Amino acid sequence: MAPAHAQEAHDQEGIPLFAPHEKVYPRSVRGSVRRVKWAVLAVCLTLYYAGPWLRWDRGPGHPHQALLIDMPARRAYFFWIEIWPQEVYYFAGLLILGAVGLFLVTSLYGRVWCGYTCPQTVWTDLFLWAERLTEGDRTQRIRLDQQPWSARKLARKAAKHALWLLIAAATGGAWVMYFNDAPTLARDLFRLHASLPQWGFMALFTGTTYLLAGWVREQVCTYMCPWPRFQSAMIDEDTLAVTYRRWRGEPRGKHKKDESWEGRGDCIDCKACIAVCPTGIDIRDGLQLECIGCGLCIDACNDIMDKVGRPRGLIAFDTDANDAARRRGETPRRRLLRPRTVIYAAVLLLVATVMAVALARRSTVEVSVLADRSPLFVRLSDGGIRNGYTLKIENNAGELRIYTVTAAGLPGALLHIAELEAPPAAAEQGVPVAVKGDAIGTFRVYLQAPRPAVRETPFAFVVRDADSGETARYDAIFRGPGQ
Amino acid sequence: MPTKTEKDALTGREIRDHEWDGIHELDTPLPRWWLYTLFATIAFAVVYCLLYPAIPLLHSHSEGMLGYTNRAALVQSTERAAAQQAQFIDRIRAASLEDIRKNPELLAFAETGGRAAFNENCAPCHRAGGAGAKGYPNLADDDWLWGGTLAAIHQTITHGVRNADPDSRQSQMPRFGADKLLTPQQISDVADYVLSLSHQPAPAEAAKRGAAVFAENCAVCHGEKGAGNPEIGSKNLTNGIWLYGGDKATLVETITNARNSSMPAWGARLDPTTIKMLAVYVHSLGGGQ
Repeated sequence: MAPAHAQEAHDQEGIPLFAPHEKVYPRSVRGSVRRVKWAVLAVCLTLYYAGPWLRWDRGPGHPHQALLIDMPARRAYFFWIEIWPQEVYYFAGLLILGAVGLFLVTSLYGRVWCGYTCPQTVWTDLFLWAERLTEGDRTQRIRLDQQPWSARKLARKAAKHALWLLIAAATGGAWVMYFNDAPTLARDLFRLHASLPQWGFMALFTGTTYLLAGWVREQVCTYMCPWPRFQSAMIDEDTLAVTYRRWRGEPRGKHKKDESWEGRGDCIDCKACIAVCPTGIDIRDGLQLECIGCGLCIDACNDIMDKVGRPRGLIAFDTDANDAARRRGETPRRRLLRPRTVIYAAVLLLVATVMAVALARRSTVEVSVLADRSPLFVRLSDGGIRNGYTLKIENNAGELRIYTVTAAGLPGALLHIAELEAPPAAAEQGVPVAVKGDAIGTFRVYLQAPRPAVRETPFAFVVRDADSGETARYDAIFRGPGQ
Repeated sequence: MPTKTEKDALTGREIRDHEWDGIHELDTPLPRWWLYTLFATIAFAVVYCLLYPAIPLLHSHSEGMLGYTNRAALVQSTERAAAQQAQFIDRIRAASLEDIRKNPELLAFAETGGRAAFNENCAPCHRAGGAGAKGYPNLADDDWLWGGTLAAIHQTITHGVRNADPDSRQSQMPRFGADKLLTPQQISDVADYVLSLSHQPAPAEAAKRGAAVFAENCAVCHGEKGAGNPEIGSKNLTNGIWLYGGDKATLVETITNARNSSMPAWGARLDPTTIKMLAVYVHSLGGGQ
């Protein structure tokens, strides 16, 4: 119905009021680009599905999963790195690295991310494979959709959706594994013992995979994804793109065997490039938003060129500048060093360096101090003043550590830790406390000093790891009544 | 005005009969997903009204087939929380104060429970964290009227101070001025002596006269050197801590009219376990002995 209206509208006024979605039936294709695409798909999916099963020995009492985000314990593990919640900026750093890396790759090689590694592309490709397996290739699928419902059609459709749901469930299941111990969760899932959140998140990611890769497909790229909208900012005339060599192909037209190629272009208007396109566009219209740069049309066209006996490469990965050079008969040359690529590379290097340095210099001990607010200070019978603090020592190291807690900058002060039986000690000397590995020790610290002349005396808690010599410092204030 | 249905050329939709200043309206059907969502919400509302209390009646409301009420849910969750705490409560009830102090787990539970009970029952007078106020002792310092050991604190909380409880802390400071036991001059002198006891500047001559008055009238309770006595709740007069104030005017006022403030016997109001936790909490505020 709707397409007919649109067509009618187009015919009468020349302006379509709306463009209803037309289902795309991509045809299968063979060739070098397709082989690369299969290989990338295999690598990406293997990494994704196998990721949670990688083991990493962290010693007893710690999870043995190499990649794990442990929400209840509030820890994230990446092989040898353990991230605490307050260090989530490392994750932000990773995102920045990812973004700048994407800018760099895009300015050099165009939409390779979109065409090869984007999860939307990878899973759509996998779902298309399942669709071909159950419903056949392009023409069979079109015919099947136009047929009235029959047992055969039902069986094929049911098989397709069953296969889709199976892949989607494996995808959703693998996602949940990154947040749980994979072998335990796998056992629980098969015994139907998993918890409600585990089932819920698995269902959520199963549902989105099924919907996005099965039903929505290229509409994600053209309507939902912001990336195609602004990546033209990274693309210039020296960026690789899927290019139709108009100067070679035009004027296009049907070609009969033994007909001369004189005075006409190499494009025989067979529409193979359109048939294989996963977003259903005509690459001969030039660079366009919908093109995800996968290059399957290159394979399709090369195949045709071989058949009609013309040289390959009517459609190819090429830059705008080189395409123009070839047209003029000049030698094409790639310019990789451009201001934008240099800037992107520099930013990438800078962020990576900052992150590496931050990670290498990461302390195994962190301190935070909360001063008592009621009472702010206590007058003691000897005329002195006592302040109470809650001291938290975060031990990032895997094993128990002994720390010496001192207060620097309060002459004559005594330090007492309520949890310990030990009598107050000189604040400059400090008191040793033990904190278990991978845990936070909380201590009530009392500082007692002769009445200071001012209301606020700044000082610092210094916590020193006796073994490693690492120190952590926290600036605090000793309060009193003043004069 | 079109009389029969007319189709819009661009969209193929029917045009409705209404016309406003030459503007027609398309009869565009609702999107299917929108319509089904509406139906789904209606179905949800009907089911919800049947299952849960939802419809107001004249004097009450519909009960709902699940028999759910907010109040019952609250009672349930409170009971669940109480059941989770029960194991600690039982252990605290059985343990002695010293045992609680030695067991880190019980200590942590008692301090937390004690803090909650303190904020509810004690903080109105003693302030949060036991900071104290004029007339209400600071519980975080190292000066105690009635003793700062766990046992002494527990005793004070259970039976209170100067109230009807037969075991309450009892003592009475005489109203030296109001009852004409001392002359205003003597009171002024003894106040000066107390100032000197607590290392505050005082006229030496008056303080010397006051010392004699002190030895005769005050030393029996406050001690010869004014160090106080926790057995009878007499204040240590030699340090910098004052319940009502340590300046001359306040001291004169205190000696003239006496203070004798009181505290309720919490044993009659709170259960023994809560009082134990309160004692542990107050002891942990920094001044416990």
